[in-house]
Amino acid sequence: MSYITPLSQRKGLQLFGSPNELFLLGAIVVLSLVIGLNNSVFFSIATPFDLLRSSLIEILFALGLLIVLVSGGIDISFPIIGIFAGYTTVVIMLRFELDTYSLIIPLILAAIVGAILGSINALLIAGFGLPTLIATLGTAGMFRGFLLSYVGSVYIANIPLGLDEFSTADLLSVETSAGTLARLHVLVIPILILAIALAWMMRRTMFGRTIFAIGGNEESARRMGMNVRWTKARIYMLVGAISGVAGILYVSLQRKADPYDLAGTELEIIAAVVLGGASIMGGYGTVTGTILGVLLINLIKDNLILLGVPGSWQRAAVGLMLLIGVIAQAVADKRRMKQTVTVAEEDSQ
Amino acid sequence: MFGTKNISKAFGGAVALADVSFSVEPGEIHCLAGENGSGKSTLIKIMSGVETADSGSIVLNGEEFRSLSPREAVAHGVQVIFQDFSLIPNLTVAENIALSTDVLERRKLVNPKRNREIAQKALDRMGVSMDLDATVQSIPVSSKQLVAIARALNQGVKILFMDEATTALTRKEIDHLFGIVHGLRDRGVATVFVSHKLDEVQEIAQRITILRNGSVTAEGDIKDFDRKAIARAMTGQEVNEVRLAPAVPDNAPTVLEVDSISSPGRFRDVSFSVKAGEVVGITGLLGSGRSEIAEALFGMTKIHSGTVSVNGTPISFTGPRSAVAAGIGYVPQDRLTQGLFLHQPIAKNVLAAAIERFVGPLGFVKAKSIRETVTNWISDLKIKTTDPQNPATSLSGGNQQRVVLAKWLAMSPSVLILNGPTVGVDIGSKRDILEIIRQKALDGMAVVIVSDDIPEIVQIANRVLIVHQGETGAEFEGAAIEETSLYKELAA
Repeated sequence: MSYITPLSQRKGLQLFGSPNELFLLGAIVVLSLVIGLNNSVFFSIATPFDLLRSSLIEILFALGLLIVLVSGGIDISFPIIGIFAGYTTVVIMLRFELDTYSLIIPLILAAIVGAILGSINALLIAGFGLPTLIATLGTAGMFRGFLLSYVGSVYIANIPLGLDEFSTADLLSVETSAGTLARLHVLVIPILILAIALAWMMRRTMFGRTIFAIGGNEESARRMGMNVRWTKARIYMLVGAISGVAGILYVSLQRKADPYDLAGTELEIIAAVVLGGASIMGGYGTVTGTILGVLLINLIKDNLILLGVPGSWQRAAVGLMLLIGVIAQAVADKRRMKQTVTVAEEDSQ
Repeated sequence: MFGTKNISKAFGGAVALADVSFSVEPGEIHCLAGENGSGKSTLIKIMSGVETADSGSIVLNGEEFRSLSPREAVAHGVQVIFQDFSLIPNLTVAENIALSTDVLERRKLVNPKRNREIAQKALDRMGVSMDLDATVQSIPVSSKQLVAIARALNQGVKILFMDEATTALTRKEIDHLFGIVHGLRDRGVATVFVSHKLDEVQEIAQRITILRNGSVTAEGDIKDFDRKAIARAMTGQEVNEVRLAPAVPDNAPTVLEVDSISSPGRFRDVSFSVKAGEVVGITGLLGSGRSEIAEALFGMTKIHSGTVSVNGTPISFTGPRSAVAAGIGYVPQDRLTQGLFLHQPIAKNVLAAAIERFVGPLGFVKAKSIRETVTNWISDLKIKTTDPQNPATSLSGGNQQRVVLAKWLAMSPSVLILNGPTVGVDIGSKRDILEIIRQKALDGMAVVIVSDDIPEIVQIANRVLIVHQGETGAEFEGAAIEETSLYKELAA
């Protein structure tokens, strides 16, 4: 009996993990060329720096969402958790006059607030077994209402100094030919480290493999002796904490705490993660793909105007990207099914 | 020794197992037989620690246990391979085999290299080679089963339960599986086959235990049982496998005419015709194209050349709808996903295909005539249910299959195509279902029955076509239809 491996499974020279990631990279390059040829302002060191800056926070949110998608769930409460944690942290820092120059204190505070909110999701999803879409839709509304009625609904312009100054902490700045400064924010380093750590976690820890296993077949994971409930609980707490950190960093980069911010950005993040190759059915997704997905979406969003498309089309464009991502997955799934069948037939003859 | 001593278990008021004792020795291949609902699954669940018995004890390697946790059961060498194999499709072969070890050892980190070694070792012990890095969803069913066995081996299996292990395998793959099971036997592993396919069971098992309604009705050396004796112990009644094939009058009109249909890669140049009241059997090995032919006649597989006509009118297939419009009904093999709305009431399932007949002039459905029709079918086909409003999931396999039959019979098709009508159905129900098919044929329906169950084909068909690699070969008619010559032709 022979066992035939489909072509897509064979190992070869692979710079990036999958054809999807290569495709995204290609799309980014081609799109950049098109935009640049239309408008030479684009070919400047300021462009990648600005793109990174506008993508950093989204990458953080997207990495959290990636974990949820791989486990076969969905979370739409994460932007609300983010702004809830960010805004509440600022309020606490101001109210209790905590060290205004500190960066560590607000980061830890926001992570804790995020994890607490995430544990409410965890309780509903892992504890009571609610469907993830409904559970997080409900908590998103609840968290938002609670934030606006009990924590505050006013815009805070004077955020603590540490956070304020961090917004201009540059890793390097280059003078462009136009005479302006192109800045690369220092956050790229910690976010890169975090991304590598998450990729390692997903690949090399039992927690990570259990997440993939649950996304592949929850019942089988249970029968293999994996603790499905506890893993799910940890996923939503972890995602809460990541969202909290993303929220406070967002406040810092914006240099203001506005409780009305971020709501509605879930569309963009979900689109980015799905475009990055994470399966909406669970079981598949990579960190590299997710980051490329965010970069591609931001590239398109930021440069629609340069391409002559009115800015009001931004949201439509993002929605379209989400649909393209889902359709690409459906097509790939179909092809995979066909492949399996052919292999089975070859095998039986 | 492994087994149970005087196990009893009741769910609510219903007795699932009453005083059941059975035993298997290391290195023995055992068959656990019984109809649906006889208590086989409950027995396996108790032995693997999923359910706790009300009284009695479990014996593992000579040691007696009152109750077990699933973890303890695994630690004492109990492994169950379910029909769905319980594998994780998006993970690799290596991970599917080795990850449960990591879980058992409560590891926090995974070491891919170590996992590959573990997996390789387990596969080596079975004498099987496989790509360790392929994801499980990309490998064929037979390989998935081998992965599940390798995982069991890796967890130190001493007694292996295999639930309906051969259903999805070709004859060649079954032989391979049996070879591996013999290898396990030589290593002292006890294997328990839970199966409906009696001829296969007789081929491999040494001893048999038969359950009926939660009690052991027979046990012993498999050589002392013939198929009739097993069937009697399973059903509690004499099951006659007499030929049921209805006599077809000479002047019966031809209803279904299939003229050299082809579909590249699936089947070639298939021609046959079916008269009113005739039952034509189509059989072949798994992958021979028999299923594809059945699907093509219902518009689910594209026909590239050739014609299909019903009552002289050629059909141009655009999908199942056009087949239904032409008067063709189809009972699929996989009733769970293709034949039933599992969570819908039985009544709605019965009427699903015929609902258009019950729509009044204003577009409203006629509730009263629907109720009467449903009641008629339920009593006609002896569907065992307390309330037609219960969901289809509340029925046993045999009764579910009757609902699928009722669904198509309710639209009174002129041609009924049945694809594996009794797969996973117990002997008693099988007999009833074949009887229903015979009745409908006597009423003038043309029936095509596609199956790999030779005894069943022999019982019901007037004519048998054998499919080999997509082409129809030998044809048998009347008295020439008997098991040994059909088996011989299949193996050719």
